[in-house]
Amino acid sequence: MDIVDLSRFQFAFTVMIHFLFVPLTIGLTFILAIMESVYVMTGKTIYRDMTKFWGKLFGINFALGITTGLAMEFQFGTNWSYYSHYVGDIFGAPLAIEALMAFFLESTLVGLFFFSWDRLSKEKHLIVTWLMALGTNLSALWILIANGWMQNPVGAQFNIDTMRMELSSFSEVVFNPVAQVKFVHTVSAGYVTGAIFVLAISSWYLLKGRNIAFARRSFAIAAAFGLASVLSVIVLGDESGYEVGAVQKVKLASIEAEWNTHPAPAPFTLFGLPNAETQTTDYAIKIPAVLGLIATRSLTEEVKGLDKLKREHLERIIRGQEAYVLMQQYRQGDKSAVTVNRFNELRDDLGYGMLLTAFTDDVANATPEQIAAAVEGSVPQVWPLFWSFRVMVACGMLMLLLFILAFWHSAKRTVNKPKWLLKFAIFSLPLPWIASEAGWLVAEYGRQPWAIGEILPTHMAVSQLTVNDLLISLGSIMVLYTIFIIIEIWLMIKYARIGPAALHTGKYDLEHAATELKGD
Amino acid sequence: MMDYEVLRFIWWLLIGVLLIGFVITDGFDLGVAVLLKLIGKNDDQRRVMINSIAPHWDGNQVWLVTAIGALFAAWPTVYAAAFSSFYFVMMLTLFALFLRPIGFEYRAKIDNDAWRNKCDWALTIGSAVPAVLFGVAFGNLLQGVPFYFDDILRLHYTGGFFDLLNPFALFVGLFSFLMLVNHGATYLQLKTEDDIKARSERISTLLSASCAVLFVLAGLWLYYGIDGYSVTSIIDTNGINRTTEKTVVISAAAWFNNYAKWPWLSLIPILGVLSFMVCALSSATKRHLLAFLSSAVALTMVIATAGVSMFPFIMPSSSMPAHSLTMWDATASQTSLQIMFVVACVFVPIVLSYTAWSYFVMRGRLNEQHVRDNSHSLY
Repeated sequence: MDIVDLSRFQFAFTVMIHFLFVPLTIGLTFILAIMESVYVMTGKTIYRDMTKFWGKLFGINFALGITTGLAMEFQFGTNWSYYSHYVGDIFGAPLAIEALMAFFLESTLVGLFFFSWDRLSKEKHLIVTWLMALGTNLSALWILIANGWMQNPVGAQFNIDTMRMELSSFSEVVFNPVAQVKFVHTVSAGYVTGAIFVLAISSWYLLKGRNIAFARRSFAIAAAFGLASVLSVIVLGDESGYEVGAVQKVKLASIEAEWNTHPAPAPFTLFGLPNAETQTTDYAIKIPAVLGLIATRSLTEEVKGLDKLKREHLERIIRGQEAYVLMQQYRQGDKSAVTVNRFNELRDDLGYGMLLTAFTDDVANATPEQIAAAVEGSVPQVWPLFWSFRVMVACGMLMLLLFILAFWHSAKRTVNKPKWLLKFAIFSLPLPWIASEAGWLVAEYGRQPWAIGEILPTHMAVSQLTVNDLLISLGSIMVLYTIFIIIEIWLMIKYARIGPAALHTGKYDLEHAATELKGD
Repeated sequence: MMDYEVLRFIWWLLIGVLLIGFVITDGFDLGVAVLLKLIGKNDDQRRVMINSIAPHWDGNQVWLVTAIGALFAAWPTVYAAAFSSFYFVMMLTLFALFLRPIGFEYRAKIDNDAWRNKCDWALTIGSAVPAVLFGVAFGNLLQGVPFYFDDILRLHYTGGFFDLLNPFALFVGLFSFLMLVNHGATYLQLKTEDDIKARSERISTLLSASCAVLFVLAGLWLYYGIDGYSVTSIIDTNGINRTTEKTVVISAAAWFNNYAKWPWLSLIPILGVLSFMVCALSSATKRHLLAFLSSAVALTMVIATAGVSMFPFIMPSSSMPAHSLTMWDATASQTSLQIMFVVACVFVPIVLSYTAWSYFVMRGRLNEQHVRDNSHSLY
């Protein structure tokens, strides 16, 4: 493994672990705010207990969200220093705004959420909880604006004198359609995560016949909130597909394993085994015209296949090669009008020229084989995208089914919910996490070989570290995270088992056992 | 749009303000956690100390997050250069900071002496290490860092990890450590009663007096032992970054040039030393609020002294002085600085107001009886 692979692995590992905690935080803050609102409106203390108990579990999760989030903020600088230099002018702003506008709010109020129950009036405490939820969601907004820009870098221009991208339109960055669609899709997925978490644990209490009143109310709130959220994830996921079709054609073609361009309207490959060697998908089951509809919303526009995209990349790499050479001449002092004008004509393909640097140091004299290798490397591997996308969608559909059933049974207000439904809910607990991780794999792996789409290749973005540096840091992070996660899961299970008795109000089942366990 | 040079100067100030915000707020969290085992003689006392910062440490840490975010946005090249050059210093800081959320949030969740003892150590180490390393980083900035840029402005660091742990940097690390521990002790004077308060007063008296001495010694060391940097070409402060095209010379006592040029700037370090002395006196005479405020002023003056001495440098290069990063030629674009400035003008006051409100809500002193009565709702 070289420093590029190791840096990528370190980033992927830290961000995927971070995202185990993020969606639950996003979802639970809202559910807490809803529960507490019901408490303030009805005055029934059971809703306050619900807010406090689910709040305890939220706190266990939140601690690791903070821990692993800090790593992300350090990592762009420590491990991706050329990236930070090259796009910091645009990418840094949303991160700074996130801290100032959202993370401050969330973190300051999370302290009050836990510690000010006796010090604030009901209404004021409720405002604190809502603002905490608002902070969390605004946080997601700015982070996804930053991420959306990596996918679709709008509102920026390359400056050859400072050797970096510079901001030309902030509003384009903020209203980047990819970012907006990603934001709503991702926060809704967070709400679903929170909802399944509450639904599954409540179902477990119902199955065990413990804390029935508490669990039924939690179940009802989770079912309603979850149904609304899962519908919005799916609708916005479709919207996301349309945006990807518009700006990230390579990603779309890879997800669909569309090796060759199909005449419009393109069919949707429901299932199959992508085969990179033959550039075909074995045993494919296709639904006619559906991909064309999702990606272009028309029956006449074609969806480009990987064959056509690679041919386009070849042209851009050749133009980019010239741009890269001109850039080098300029940097070495040739600032003649001819060089500058020609460079400006080719500027948009500079990133494609940079792809060649993975295969040769002498870009000007790249051999046809090296160029061919760069073309091959200009698209990601198909099978990880093909499969993770389908895993995500399958999880989404299962969750939709779960929430329809859960909502139906909770709306009927039957005293006893069927056991199979409760079991279904319990076994669905991992689904939102699997879907989120798979979804991010599609989003980020599908962007390869780019760190910033068509602007900066991943292999150029890294810091000039040594393999040893990376092995030490990566090893330490893996050991630490493993320990943290074991503690976290252990605590989560312990408190979920104790249930609301952990509040020591004297009203709930197992209060005696909780005291023996010396709960908290 | 505002002038580029004005924006650059404002951002130099703003990054300073964010760093000061961080040391004043999160500084006492770090200090309190370092003192945990030293002052807290039993679990109740340690819980008093932890709960004195429990509602706030998380919000306070966001000052650090914001400072780093602002560094990324306003000085992207500095962020890239500092974080990758100081790779293991940053990683160690990060690993130490990892321990804090876990120590705070999980400590009370398991009622077991061995577990709580482990959490106490996690909090102490998780706070002591960053407190030292922040100083080490500044100590290295003052000496210059061995790095250069290649023709496409890719940064190459040519030193090793142990070069960063040189005597002067470690000395600054010790100073920063004691300064933050002292700050924690002044906070405890405000928030606790009886034993803990009395011990904090004694510790703070001793530490702030030592800090006054260390600050002066650091100045003398810098004057006699550490070469400074100065720009000898003219930087176009209103033009685009030409980071590698200036000329820089290294000479003895160059970090004192700004004080010769503008003698009134000497007030900053003088006020720093005086504030440490005021802090020592007020801790000794139980004027708790004054002790805390003078410690905060001292921290502010120390950071300001570092900034002013190095101005306009942020990260000098010892191996290729011409590639040194200054606040005139390592900034974001004018558009970016302007937008970020507007955002800061709107949100910094809002942040300050709800932060102040949260301290107001949680006002008052904590005692052992109180944490015993609330063993299930407090940390």
